[in-house]
Amino acid sequence: MSEASPAKAYALHLGAIALLFVLSFLLPEYYHGLLARIMVLAVFAMGYNMLFGYVGLLSLGHAMFFGAGLYGAGLAIIQLGWSVPAAFTAGLGCGAVLSLIIGLLALRSTGVAFMIVTMMFAQVFYLAILYFAAWTGGDQGMVVPQPARVLTFGGTSLDLTNPTVRYMSALALFSLVLLMMLAIVRSRFGRVLVAIRENEERTKMLGYDTFSNKLAAVVVSGTICAASGAAYALLFGYVGSSFASVQYSILPLLWVLLGGAATTLGPLVGTLFMYYVIDVTSGYTSAYLLIVGIALILLVLFFPRGILGSIRQRWLGWLP
Amino acid sequence: MTPLLTTKGLSRNFGGLRAVDNVDFTLMPGEIRAVIGPNGAGKTTFVSLVSGRIQPSSGAILFDGADITGLPAYVRVRQGIAYTFQITSVFANLSAYDNVALPVQRTLSDGRSKGAVRAGVMSALERTGLAGRAHMPAGQLSYGHQRLLEVAMGLALKPRLLILDEPTQGLADSEIDNFIELVRDIAKNATVLLIEHNMPVVMQLADRITVFNAGRILAEGTPEAIRDNAAVQDAYLGTAP
Repeated sequence: MSEASPAKAYALHLGAIALLFVLSFLLPEYYHGLLARIMVLAVFAMGYNMLFGYVGLLSLGHAMFFGAGLYGAGLAIIQLGWSVPAAFTAGLGCGAVLSLIIGLLALRSTGVAFMIVTMMFAQVFYLAILYFAAWTGGDQGMVVPQPARVLTFGGTSLDLTNPTVRYMSALALFSLVLLMMLAIVRSRFGRVLVAIRENEERTKMLGYDTFSNKLAAVVVSGTICAASGAAYALLFGYVGSSFASVQYSILPLLWVLLGGAATTLGPLVGTLFMYYVIDVTSGYTSAYLLIVGIALILLVLFFPRGILGSIRQRWLGWLP
Repeated sequence: MTPLLTTKGLSRNFGGLRAVDNVDFTLMPGEIRAVIGPNGAGKTTFVSLVSGRIQPSSGAILFDGADITGLPAYVRVRQGIAYTFQITSVFANLSAYDNVALPVQRTLSDGRSKGAVRAGVMSALERTGLAGRAHMPAGQLSYGHQRLLEVAMGLALKPRLLILDEPTQGLADSEIDNFIELVRDIAKNATVLLIEHNMPVVMQLADRITVFNAGRILAEGTPEAIRDNAAVQDAYLGTAP
C-alpha cells in the first residue's frame, strides 16, 4: 500500500484536482454552485474517513465537529466582527479543542459504546446551540451578512459571495485536505492507524501507545471536519443548528461508505454520487428518498466496500 | 552479573483459579530458556505477565534490575521485551512488508529516512526467509510463513528478551529444522524465552529448562537434568521409569 506506485497515486490526485478546476469553467450556474457545496462537504467526509476508514472507529457524533467549525467561524464573524481569516482560524481552533476533549473522554470506550458516547456528546452540543439561542439564533440559525464575507489582502479584496471566488476557495480547501490525507495515509502515522484498525492488541505489543495515536487521529479528524464547517459558514453564509443535528453525523458515514472507506478519493465520490442521485430522482418524483434508499441497498449488495473500495479490490490494487 | 529478568512471588488469579502461583524466576542474559509443562500449567499466563498483556494479582517483575511491574505493555516493548503470539496474529490485510515495517519504523532512531525502514524490513525478512514474499498480504501466506513473519516482527523490535510462545506449533518437520537454526541465530544478540511443547526442539535449543505445573515451578535445570528428574516424568511426561 504505502510503498507501491507513489507516482501513479499523485498523478491521479492531481488529475482529480485539475478536473475540478476545469469544471468550474464548463458547468452551468446551478451545478457550479452545487459542486462548490459538494467539495466543502467532501472535506467533512474526508475528516470522517480519517477516523472511520483508517482507524476503524465509528463515530456517530461528527456533526459536533462540523458544527464547532460552523459556529466557531459564524459567531466570530457575526457577534465579534472578526475578519474572514480570523473567523476561519477560530472555527479550526474550536474544532481542535472540542475534538481533543471528546477524544480524551470517548476513547475510553470502543465499538458500540464509542458510537453511543460520541452521539450523546453531539446531542449535548446540538441542544446547547438551541439553549443559547440569544447568541446562536437557536433553530432559526444565523445569516452571515454579505459585507462581512469579503477577504482582503492589502489592497485587493475577494468577495466570497462571488460564484467563481466561492468555487475556487472550496476547491483550494478541498485540494489541500486531499493532498494532506494522501500524505498521512502514506506516512508512518498512517501505517500505525491501519494497524490499530486491524488489531489493536498486536499494535500495542509492537511498542505503540495506541491511545495517543487514536487521540491524534480524533483531533486531526475533528479539525478537518471543523475546517469544512468553517468554510461552509463563510462561503454559503448560513449557520444553522440543523448542521449539528444527528442527521449530519450520519451523512458523512453514508458518503464514506458509498465512496469507499479507507480510500482517499472515496469521500468525494460518495458525496458527489449521493447529491447526484438526489438531484436526478427529485426531478421525477417527490418520493425521491425511496429511490435513494433503493440505490443505497443495491450499492451495498453489489459494492460492499463502496465504489472506490470495490474498484481497488477488483482492478486497481494500487489505489490509495 | 544482573539477571535480565527476575520475578518475585508473582501470582495471578482468575476468579478462584490461581493460574500463576507465587513464582520466583530468574533468567540470565544470553540464555535460551525453555518453559515447558502440561496444558493449563500457567506458562502462557506467566509470559503474559512478563510482557505486560495482563497485570499480576501480586508480586514483582524486574527487567535488567529495574521494577517494571506497573508499566504498560507498550513501554515494556520499548525497553526490549518482545512477545510473539501463540495464536498467529499478523496483520492479515497488510503486506508482509508493512507488517515488519511497523516494528522497524518505531525502533529507528534516525527518524524519517525511508531507505532505513526499507533496509531494516528487508534484513528481518531475509533472516526469516520471507524476502521473496514481501508484497504478499500476510493473510495469504501459508501458516508456517505466518509463524515466521511473527518471528520477523519480533526480531525487528531489536529485543533484549524475545518471548516465543509455542512458535513451532503447526509447522512441518522441514520447517522446524530451519526454525531451530533461526532461534540459535537470534540468541547471539538476545535472550530467548521459549514456551514449547515439541520436546526434540526443546532439548536441542534450551540451555536450561523450567517446568511449570499447576501454576508453580516444579523443576529447573539443564535438559539432561530435567530429562532424568523423576518428579517431572511423573507430573508431565506421565510415565514412571
